[in-house]
This record gives sequence, structure tokens and C-alpha cells, in this order.
Amino acid sequence: MKERVKPDPPGYFEGESMTRRRVFTIASQGIGGLAAAGIILPAVGFAVAPIFHRGKERWEAVGPISDFVEDTYRQVVFTETEGIGDAGKTTAYVRKGSAELDENPGEPIAVSNRCAHLGCPVRFVEAAGNFICPCHGGVYDFVGKVLGGPPVRPLDRFQTRVRRGQVEIGPRYSVTSQLEPVRARDPGEFTGGIWEYLYPPRPSTFPAP
Amino acid sequence: MPSFPKPKIPDAIVPPPLRKPGKPGSGGTPKGQAPDDLKTAPPERPSHGDKLLEMGKEAPIDALGWVDQRLAASGFLTGMLYRKVPKGTNWFYTLGSATLFAFIVQAVTGVFLAMFYVPSATQAYDSIARINNEVPLGQLVHGMHKWGASVMVILIFLHMGRTFFFGAYKYPRELNWVIGVVLLILTMTMAFTGYLLPFDQRSFWASIVGININGTGPVVGPYLSDFLRAGPELGATTLARFYAIHMLLVPGAIIALIGAHMYLVVKLGTTAPPWVKAERPKVAAPVSQLEAGANGNGRVNGSGVNGARTQGEPVDGEGDGAGSA
Repeated sequence: MKERVKPDPPGYFEGESMTRRRVFTIASQGIGGLAAAGIILPAVGFAVAPIFHRGKERWEAVGPISDFVEDTYRQVVFTETEGIGDAGKTTAYVRKGSAELDENPGEPIAVSNRCAHLGCPVRFVEAAGNFICPCHGGVYDFVGKVLGGPPVRPLDRFQTRVRRGQVEIGPRYSVTSQLEPVRARDPGEFTGGIWEYLYPPRPSTFPAP
Repeated sequence: MPSFPKPKIPDAIVPPPLRKPGKPGSGGTPKGQAPDDLKTAPPERPSHGDKLLEMGKEAPIDALGWVDQRLAASGFLTGMLYRKVPKGTNWFYTLGSATLFAFIVQAVTGVFLAMFYVPSATQAYDSIARINNEVPLGQLVHGMHKWGASVMVILIFLHMGRTFFFGAYKYPRELNWVIGVVLLILTMTMAFTGYLLPFDQRSFWASIVGININGTGPVVGPYLSDFLRAGPELGATTLARFYAIHMLLVPGAIIALIGAHMYLVVKLGTTAPPWVKAERPKVAAPVSQLEAGANGNGRVNGSGVNGARTQGEPVDGEGDGAGSA
């Protein structure tokens, strides 16, 4: 059978590994890809950047230490996100630590009102001594451990300190079911145990105290 | 490309060089003219006014013809608008168009809402209140957008149900089902991001819950919720982000995918309802003829098989009922 032999393209030489056309194809596609990446990557990075950004640590005074007692909570409202007015405020329930609950006596403890199920605001019901969530019926005990309902972990807490007699509230952190502090998580995410690995730490949160 | 008999194109959209010359005297006496008995003789030559009237009548057709000579769109439009549909096509087949109409309503009202809405965490609520209370017809436009969103979601699911129960997702239309699912997800994204924009208590807490549901996804969840919020807490950037996604990112994608969706509908044709049986060609065995006879009428489309097939047949078979776009 006679094979048709194509004539050598211009510039062909014996032993060449790549034709001129192929070089130009790869080069133009490569340069085009670089140009596209030069536009797309910064734009995507710009949109994704907040994941890796951690804001400034914020401490806010919420009242003198003498305002708080050991056996019940006092509700305080403070700004968690600046620049958006009332929408940036959040509520914490603050009391003094008690020796009966294996806590440092007198050290303020601030429990977030953000439900650990999906983030609805829980309320401390004095008569029951429990935190109750209006959305899906989550119930927490006095220290914030889950008593019932869908929440997957105890209520978050805020770091606290006392400066010049004033209780100051700082960054949020989450706790395991044994109330060991871990990095802040979003509601609905488990803490402790094997679940730890399902929800890796976020760079946008502060390390646990 | 399957060939199908060309429907008659209305004279009005045929460009002048292709149009047949009009019959003499057919368009010569416009309505505005005086009755003959008032004149001594019928006008032999059209008056200056008649000429103008004629030119005025021709102008839009000429303009259309001028455009079409350069765009060559009439063939495509004829093929698309006069395409065949299978026997049994019924009102359920209008759900897709209804969804499209709902989307157009959302797009139009959304554009006008954007003229008064301020996507700022401190001003969004007030601007919505102003739209509802002070801007003339503002409440109506806002209401159309708000309720239209629910209407669109409901229509999408009805359309999806029609496609599913009629088996219209089967070969060769699987890709159109996939595009439809993406469109559904994009519409839900629109609904989710649009819900935050009024920035009242309801939208605020609903968005928090929605973002936290996203956050419960394993491994990527925490980063996804950080991405949606633009940080660890819902803040001013969250609103700007949702506004940009709602206004700029997703609508473009939806429009592009609706184009692809409709292109495939026109290209592949629609399916007959499952209760309409495919008819056999007449050359087949007597048993088949009996079946065809029992089915009511023998041949419908002038070719062997009408568009009642749902699967297992080549796409561009003769008489498929598929319009050639």
C-alpha cells in the first residue's frame, strides 16, 4: 500500500521534536492562560481573603464586678462587630464563677446567647435556671451544657477580664461538652472527639484561652 | 439537520427583495380616501398623500428587512417559533415559560428597586422603609419582587415535577435536566441572598441560621460560612457581599444558563406525555397497523414516527418533531 507522505513544513529539519506550529499553539495558549489567571486569581482571592483575616481583638467594659453575682446571670449587650450599628451587637449572660461548680471563685464568666444549634438567640429563664432557644427548642443548663433539643455542644463563651474594677468582655470561644475551651466555632459544628476533624479551625477566629 | 416543511412566513417579515409583487389594486385604495361617488372620476394616479401613506406602511417592514438582511435571523426565528411539538402537548408544558416569565418579572422589578435601595448595613432598612412608604408605587414594586421570588421557586418545582413525571429528563435530554438543576440551585442562591437585603430582624436571623447551616458541612463548612459572612461574624461586608451576589453574579449566570436551557429545548424538541404512545410506521407488520389504528389516527406528522418517542431513538431522525434551530 502506498502511503501519502506530507511534504515537510517550512523550517523542518531532521530530528526536530516539535513543529513550529505546535510551539506557537502551546505558547499562545499558555500566555492566554496566564493573562486569564492574572485577572481571575486576584478577583477570587479578593473575595476569599476574609476567610484568612483575623480582626483586631476587642474588649468592652460591661459594668463593675460588683454588679454580678454567683447564683444567677445578668444580661449585658455589647458590640461584637463594629460599623453596623445595632446589628453588630450581641448579648452575653454574665455571672461570677462559683466554687461549687468547680470554677475560679469571683472570676466573671460570660456565656453567649448564640444557640449552638443554628445561632438563634437563647434566653436565660430564671425560674427554670436554664437557657432556652425559641427556634428549635434547644435547652441548656445553668453552665450552658446541653440538656435537650438539637444543639450539638454547650453554649459559646467570651473571654473575660477585670480591669480597674470593670468586667471586660473579649473574644468568643467555644467549649467541648466538658467545658474545655476550644477555638470559636459556628453554631451547628461539633466540638471535641472525632468530630474535631470534621470542622477544622478557622484562621478568622482567636485561639482558645 | 432534520428537514421539515417550512411554514409560511408572514409577508410582513419577508424582506422586500424576496417579497412577491403585490396584486395590482390590492393596496391602492386606503381607507382614508373619499368614496368614489363623491368624485367625478376615480384617481388614476395615487396622490401625494397616498404615496406618503404607502411609504409609512412600508417603513417598518423595510426597516425589519434591512435588519434581517444583515442579521439573517428570520430563518432561526421561523425555525424556533414554528417548530413542531408532539401530539398531546398540554398546559403543563407552559410551566417552563411561566418560570421564565417569573424570572423576567424579578429582573425588571429588581432593577427598579436598585434605584432606591442602599446596600449599607446602617441604611438598608431605612431605604426599604422609604421604598414601601414614600416612593410612589414602591410598595407594589417591592411586593412584586418579594412575592415573585416565591412564585418563581414554586414554578420551578412544578416545572421540575412535570419534567420528571413525563420522563422528559431521559435521553437525549439529560444535559438539559442538569442545566435545570443548576438553575434551581442558582435560584435558591438568589432567594437566600435576597432575603438578607431588607436587613430587618427576620432577614438578619434567617441569614444567620442559613449561613450556619452552610457551616455544618464537613471540612469545608467552616470556611464556607466565613466566606459567606466575609468574616467570623455577620457584618457590613456580609450585606455588600450578598448584594453583589444577588445583583451581579447570579443573575448573569442565570441568564446565560436559561439561554442554554432554551437552546436545548428548541434543538431537541419536547417529549410527548407518557400516555401518548409512539406510533409505528405504516410499512410495519399488520399487528403494528392494528395498534396504530387503535390509537386513533394513523399518521400525524406526515412521516413515520411522530414526536411521541421518549428514548432510544436517534435525535435527528426523520420527523422527530425536533425543530432545527
